[in-house]
Amino acid sequence: MVKMQRSSLRHTRLSAPSLALLALAFAAFFCALQAQAQDWVRTGTNLGADKIRIAVANFKPYGNDPQATQQIAGLKSTFDATLFADLNNAGIFDVVSKSLAPPLMPGSPSEMNVTQWSAAPASAAMVAFGSLTVVSGRVLVNGWLFDAKNTQSPQVLGKQYSEEASDENARLIAHRFADEIIFRLGGGLPGISESKIYYVAASGGNKEIWSMDYDGQNQHQITHLGTVTLSPRISPDNGRLAFASLGKDGWNIRIFSMLLNRMVSFPAFGGTNLSPAWSPDGNHLAFSSSRTGDPEIWVSDANGGALRRITSYRGPDVSPVWNPRTGSQIAWISGRTGLPQLYIMDADGSSVQRMTDGGYATSPSWSPNGQFLAFAWDRKYGPGAPGGQDIYVMEVATLRWIQLTHDAGRCDFPSWSPDGRHLVFESKTGSRTEIWSMLADGTQRHKLTNSGGSSMPNWSWK
Amino acid sequence: MNPLIASSQRKSAAKNFALTAALLSLALAAGCHKKQTSPPLPAEAPPPAAAPTASLTADPTTIDLGQSVVLNWRTTNATTVTIDGIGQMVPNGTQTVAPSASTNFHLTAKGDGGTTEANVRVTVRVPEMPTVPAATTDNTDETIFKQNVQDVFFDYDSYSLSADAQASVVKAAAFLASHPAIKVVIGGYCDDRGSAEYNLALGENRANAAKSSLVSAGIAADRLRVISYGKEKQFCTEENESCWQQNRRAQFSIDR
Repeated sequence: MVKMQRSSLRHTRLSAPSLALLALAFAAFFCALQAQAQDWVRTGTNLGADKIRIAVANFKPYGNDPQATQQIAGLKSTFDATLFADLNNAGIFDVVSKSLAPPLMPGSPSEMNVTQWSAAPASAAMVAFGSLTVVSGRVLVNGWLFDAKNTQSPQVLGKQYSEEASDENARLIAHRFADEIIFRLGGGLPGISESKIYYVAASGGNKEIWSMDYDGQNQHQITHLGTVTLSPRISPDNGRLAFASLGKDGWNIRIFSMLLNRMVSFPAFGGTNLSPAWSPDGNHLAFSSSRTGDPEIWVSDANGGALRRITSYRGPDVSPVWNPRTGSQIAWISGRTGLPQLYIMDADGSSVQRMTDGGYATSPSWSPNGQFLAFAWDRKYGPGAPGGQDIYVMEVATLRWIQLTHDAGRCDFPSWSPDGRHLVFESKTGSRTEIWSMLADGTQRHKLTNSGGSSMPNWSWK
Repeated sequence: MNPLIASSQRKSAAKNFALTAALLSLALAAGCHKKQTSPPLPAEAPPPAAAPTASLTADPTTIDLGQSVVLNWRTTNATTVTIDGIGQMVPNGTQTVAPSASTNFHLTAKGDGGTTEANVRVTVRVPEMPTVPAATTDNTDETIFKQNVQDVFFDYDSYSLSADAQASVVKAAAFLASHPAIKVVIGGYCDDRGSAEYNLALGENRANAAKSSLVSAGIAADRLRVISYGKEKQFCTEENESCWQQNRRAQFSIDR
């Protein structure tokens, strides 16, 4: 049972009656969520829909050419592993382990007998299966999804894919087929198998921006600036990557075009410019700038024009993020009262509201449905205090929060997946910082990097 | 020229000593020491005086220019322990140094039972620089500058100047007023706890606090440039309060 706590700006001790009231409030809250079938709570609690039990058959290899047999076997092993992992990672399935699944490889609907899969021990409600072959240099995959409980007309999905034969494309096809299944069975939310994670990787004294697939595969370097570059933020259309980079005259916002594969110009504003954030329409950037002396939140258009300041309060103001659903609010971190706290405001700087009641709160990320803020919080920060820095999620409307990580190192920079079911974050243990992903209820943690110096992950918008 | 341009210290006890060390400006003979990393076994010495043992390690052993390294040494049976270029040391201890070039640190442990040496080499990766011939006057300036314009340190998560820091800024302002040609870069630094983005903003506030204070003391703002380094360039890398304190600072350097 996930327990949500309420962040109160007043420090109150809860009496027994108020505890009872709070319990009632929780009950009401969860009922409401159940009624709306919130995706996040579905993965996060034992309330709401059960996970769908799905079996994934190994795909059947076809091919008469003995020379292609080895290639097909390689591609098939990549494909099978990726499809299984994608469905397992999705957070909405109870995937039948390979050891419980029937030792069958049905390659087409005529070879599929769903009763073999719906029976114990597999007890699958759904089964994915198909075939893979290579024809004149192209990998060809047929994939089906069958309802194992429906013997009359079991087919839910039938898909065909053809790409140039390569290991990378075998993975790509598996991602696409997995996303079709997740889209169909996961309440119409697109899967995230083709999404990317941008992050910072340290090398020597420098830090550059890298990119990887959502599952940690395909890690490769994007920038080669030879300096310290931080806070990568991909634009909503995946076309431009904004970040902050240390130059001779300090920190500037810089932009890399993913389409042109090179840096594009963006003005240097003077002062320290940090933590850019794209508005959901991709037309504006919010960032921290000290161009007039004190670090404040500024907004410009995507080319750096029409610059305007939206906060005006002494102390550090940094790490803005837009409400991706409405684009009309910004959450950010401010040290205006001492230790950094989480705030939200309207995008014009009005209606400032403090969200956290103490501790040391940093690095907000706003969930795609606009309902939640994920952030890093050390609730017992202070000299000699034993506080750990962990990932928390707060419901914006109620200020209720839950802690997602426990004893998982010093965690920071959470970033929501496009489906709002996952979070990626950095965790520092000893001197090593790695990137992890997890479901938005804190379960199913996976380490994605192994370099020792990977940080500040940013999940793409789609 | 002295390869040890900066030598930081454990706060209290070592402070005077490190000051002396800096003033001593000892030159190190680079690269000509015998490699003798492991402590030699005590010889079949006469029972009364056991031979001293010594070990010296550096972490990390390879750094980029400007980064610091922690020397860690252990000795036994030694009455006098010295490290060339730094001076006489306690028998067991650590010291943070920031060599400007690759350096062989050479430790000598003298005791009643004889003399033992230990060495460790710290490699400094120096980026390719356009070779600007450094005039000797610059070096003099640098030394005098460092003596008069000292780093100011901040309380944890604070960017307001303490009384000590104010006094230090007054002294710096007096020096800068009498050297109008010198321009200054003020670097803002934070300890390595907390969050990277927030620390960069906080470092900016720290460097700005130092700048405003100098401006109030009559130094023209256009002579002062501010860069925040947050926790990106750590001065001291240990996880303890004395080290964190060294990192929470505004550092002045000559803007060339």
